[in-house]
Amino acid sequence: MFDLTGKTALVTGASGGIGGAIARALHAQGATVVLSGTRREALEAVAADLQDLNYVVPCDLSDADAVNGLVAAAEEAAGAGVDILVNNAGLTRDQLAMRMKDDEWSRVLEVNLSAAFRLSRAALKGMMKRRWGRIISVTSIVGVTGNPGQANYAASKAGLIGMSKSLAGEVAPRGITVNCVAPGFITSPMTDALSDAQKTRLLGAIPTGTMGRSEDIGAAVVYLASAEAAYVTGQTLHVNGGMAMI
Amino acid sequence: MSDVAERVKKIVVEHLGVEESKVTENASFIDDLGADSLDTVELVMAFEEEFQCEIPDDAAEKILTVKDAIAFINEHTK
Ligand SMILES: NC(=O)c1ccc[n+]([C@@H]2O[C@H](COP(=O)([O-])OP(=O)(O)OC[C@H]3O[C@@H](n4cnc5c(N)ncnc54)[C@H](OP(=O)(O)O)[C@@H]3O)[C@@H](O)[C@H]2O)c1
Repeated sequence: MFDLTGKTALVTGASGGIGGAIARALHAQGATVVLSGTRREALEAVAADLQDLNYVVPCDLSDADAVNGLVAAAEEAAGAGVDILVNNAGLTRDQLAMRMKDDEWSRVLEVNLSAAFRLSRAALKGMMKRRWGRIISVTSIVGVTGNPGQANYAASKAGLIGMSKSLAGEVAPRGITVNCVAPGFITSPMTDALSDAQKTRLLGAIPTGTMGRSEDIGAAVVYLASAEAAYVTGQTLHVNGGMAMI
Repeated sequence: MSDVAERVKKIVVEHLGVEESKVTENASFIDDLGADSLDTVELVMAFEEEFQCEIPDDAAEKILTVKDAIAFINEHTK
């Protein structure tokens, strides 16, 4: 089950905690992975762990022209079409809405949402021809629940869900599925910085009583990327320890 | 019949799975040949590949019939 031998995956934000875990999980199932992000050394470090079947193709997702060329660059590097696109890169610029600057709003939308659209548009061409494709976007629990201080981030993550449902309907007849994975609280450098009191309060709101691991997200992405998930499209898979049951 | 017309019709037959006799020059992809909007996007991609040309989106939107496709390709490939 879940064999991805012969498939090529492009993972954005592969230099980050969750993206690295997604790349490792796809690779472990046999996929060739193209790792993207802005920090080349961090991408090389992930690549070094994987040894074979991987390529590093840096790209700044706030640069529309670079984004429009990324799928082609990945396909050239890998010498194969992108079968699996994982829109995982994301950033936050938290601020109360009343104090939020236009550029804090637009930068988050640009990197988290517009780049995902541009990459999907580019990747769909080859997927349509091959009659097979998987687009998986990493959204967030807050895209569904909202979160004070994150109007920009929550909008971008909700946008990914709406975009994915629309794309899913457009390309379903061609063997292409489009889905989202919505993490809850996942252990990361960001969450490591929380105080014990904050952590205790947070964990109280999670039925499992634990934070999630990046590997939990990697496994969800592997499932949606697999042949076995062919009949699952336009969905959001929530991986959050029961924190929100939607 | 020109070589371009021949090749265009062949692509249409293959992509839409329709009878060759139905693919007349005046046939509309959507109204006569049962194409949906996704099929028309794919047809344009197939024409681009076959004739090694680029069909910009605004031009693609005007390619509604077999004749339109042949005319565009005749004009833009030499
Ligand atoms: N951790 C959580 O609890 C949690 C919860 C819900 C959702 N998420 C989502 O999960 C995804 C991964 O998050 P993470 O926790 O792994 O965070 P992370 O470690 O900060 O990773 C973020 C990734 O996004 C990339 N990125 C940011 N800006 C970029 C840009 N302009 N161009 C290209 N790449 C850019 C970063 O690449 P570089 O550093 O190389 O620029 C990095 O690889 C994000 O979409 C996030 O919103 C995380």
